[in-house]
Amino acid sequence: MTRRFDPWRIGIYLLLISFAILFLVPVYVLVASSLKTFVEVQDLSRLWSPPSTLHLETFRSAWFGIPEKGLRGLGPNIMNSIYLAVPATVISSLLGSLNGYVLSKWRFRGANVIFPLMLFGMFIPYQSILIPLTQTLRAIGLGGTLWGLILVHVVYGIPITTLIFRNYYAEVPTDLIDAARIDGAGILGIYRRVIFPLSMPGFVVVIIWQFTNIWNEFLFAVTILQKPGLQPITVALRNLAGSQIKEWNMVMAGALIAAVPTLLIYVLMGRFFIRGLLAGSVKG
Amino acid sequence: MAHVRRERWIAFLMVLPSIILIAIFVYGFIAWTTTVSLSKWDTVEPDYTFVGLENFRKLLVGAGTSARRFHIDLWNTFFFTLLFLAACVGFGLLLAILLDQKVKGEGIFRTIYLFPMAISFVVTGVVWQWIFAPGTETRLRGVNALLHRVGLGELSWGWYTDTTSIGPFHVALIPVIIAAAWQLTGYTMAMYLAGLRSVPEELREAARVDGASEIGIYRHVIVPMLQPITLSALIMLGHVSLKIFDLVFTMTGRGTGFVTDVPGIFMFETTFQGNHYSQGAAISIIMLLTVAVVVLPYLIFTLRREVEL
Repeated sequence: MTRRFDPWRIGIYLLLISFAILFLVPVYVLVASSLKTFVEVQDLSRLWSPPSTLHLETFRSAWFGIPEKGLRGLGPNIMNSIYLAVPATVISSLLGSLNGYVLSKWRFRGANVIFPLMLFGMFIPYQSILIPLTQTLRAIGLGGTLWGLILVHVVYGIPITTLIFRNYYAEVPTDLIDAARIDGAGILGIYRRVIFPLSMPGFVVVIIWQFTNIWNEFLFAVTILQKPGLQPITVALRNLAGSQIKEWNMVMAGALIAAVPTLLIYVLMGRFFIRGLLAGSVKG
Repeated sequence: MAHVRRERWIAFLMVLPSIILIAIFVYGFIAWTTTVSLSKWDTVEPDYTFVGLENFRKLLVGAGTSARRFHIDLWNTFFFTLLFLAACVGFGLLLAILLDQKVKGEGIFRTIYLFPMAISFVVTGVVWQWIFAPGTETRLRGVNALLHRVGLGELSWGWYTDTTSIGPFHVALIPVIIAAAWQLTGYTMAMYLAGLRSVPEELREAARVDGASEIGIYRHVIVPMLQPITLSALIMLGHVSLKIFDLVFTMTGRGTGFVTDVPGIFMFETTFQGNHYSQGAAISIIMLLTVAVVVLPYLIFTLRREVEL
C-alpha cells in the first residue's frame, strides 16, 4: 500500500490541502485585518492583502476602547465572560457528576423516566423558555445580573453534563462498587472514595465542553444582560460589529480576542474536546 | 434490607435538586410560554387574557404582515436546513474518507477541519459578514473584490444582500449556509471518522479478497455501515438548524424583505424589541414543536435500544 507516485494519493493530498486552505480563509481574514491600521483596513484595493506593517496597536484599542470615538473596549467583557464561565462550569460539572453517578449505578424507581425527561432539556429551542425565564429572574432579584446568567447556564447544563458522566460511569466496573460496599461504604462513601478519584478524565471532558459552550453562548446573554458593562464578550462583540461606523480592524481584533481562549483549549486538549463533541450525540 | 432502602432514598435525594430545576426551568416554563402564546400580552405589562389560538392564526393563516414574515421564515428554515445538512453530511463524509487513507499529517488536517467548532457563532458571523459583504458597484468589498481582482468580476453579486428569489428560495441564504457549514462540517467529519475507525480491518480485507476495488469497498461495505451515524448527524445538525439564531443575527440580521430571516430572529425581535410577548411565545412554541418532531422519536429510539442491550 506504499506505492510512491500513485496519482490517487496525490489527488487525496491535493483535496485535503485545498479544503484546509478554504477552512483557514476566515482565520487569514481575522489575523490580517486585525493587524492593519484603520486607514489601511479602509483601503479596498488592499482588502485581501496582508498588512503592510504589523500594527499591534489595534489589539490595544480593542481591549481598552477608543474613548474619543465613543468605542468601548472589550477587556471588561472578557473578564465578565471569565466570571460567568468559570463558576457556571464548575457547578454544572459537579451536578452532572452526582447525577451521572446515581443514574448509572443506583437506578431508583422512575430513573428510566427521569433521565430521558432531563435529556430532552438540551434539545429544546431556548426561545421557548425565554419569556418565563426573564420574568422569573426579575422576580427573584437576579434579572440583569451575572449571577442570574450563571444560574441559567447551570440549569440548562444539567442534561449534557449528566449524560456525559452517566456514560462515563457506566464503564466503571460494578465489582469496584460491590467491593467497597462489602467494606461497609455507603452511597456517598463510594462516591467519595471510589468514583470521584476515577472521575478526572470525565471532568476534563465535561469542563472543556461546558466552558466552551458557555463562553460562546449568545442568546441567553443578550436577553438577560442589558447593561453593556456586564455583558460577556459575545454580546459586546456583536454590538461592536453592529455599530454604524465599522472599525473593521478593531472588530476583527475583538473577534480574535473572543476566539482565542476556546481555540487554545481546543488546540491543547483536542482529544477531550472531541470526546465531549461525540458524547453530545446521545450515544448510549 | 433497611439500609438498602435508605440508600435508595439518598440516591433519589442526590438527584432531586436537578430534577426540581429541570421540572421548573424546562417543563414549567414551556407550560408558562404556552399560556403566554394563548394570551393577549402585547405590551411591557403582562396580560394573560385568554384569546385561544389567535396568535397562531395570525402567524400561520391570513394576509397580515406577521403571517407574511412568518411564512418567509418557515421557507427559509426549510431551505437552510436542507442545504446545510446536505453540505455537512456530504463534505463531512468526504473529509472523513480522505483522512481514513492513512495520510501523513492526519492530525493537522483533522485539527484544521474541526477548529471552527470551538469558536462562537458570533465570531463566525462577524468574519463571514466581512467575507460576503458585497460593497457597491464602485467600491467592491469581500469576495466581490477578490473576484474582480482575478478577472472574474462578472461573477460578483449581492451575496446576503441580494433580494432575488427562485420560487420561495432566497439566494441570500447561500452565504449564511456556507458560514454555518464551515462551522459544523468538522462535527460530521469527526463522527464519521470515529465510525470508520470502528470498521474491523478484517471486513475490508475480506472485501479485498473478494476482488472489490478500494472505492467499491467504501460504496458497498463501509458507507452502508455508517448509516446510523448519518442519522445521528442529521438529527443533531437538524435541531441546530431549526433553532438557529446567533449566527444569522450577527451575520446578516433579518435582511431586506426578510431574505435571511428565521423564526429565532422574528421571536427575539417581536418579543424583546417590540414587546409583542404573546406573538413571540407563539413563534417559540412552533419552533419547539418542530424540534420535538425531529428529536423525540430519535431520543426514544436510542434510549430504548440502550435498555434492551
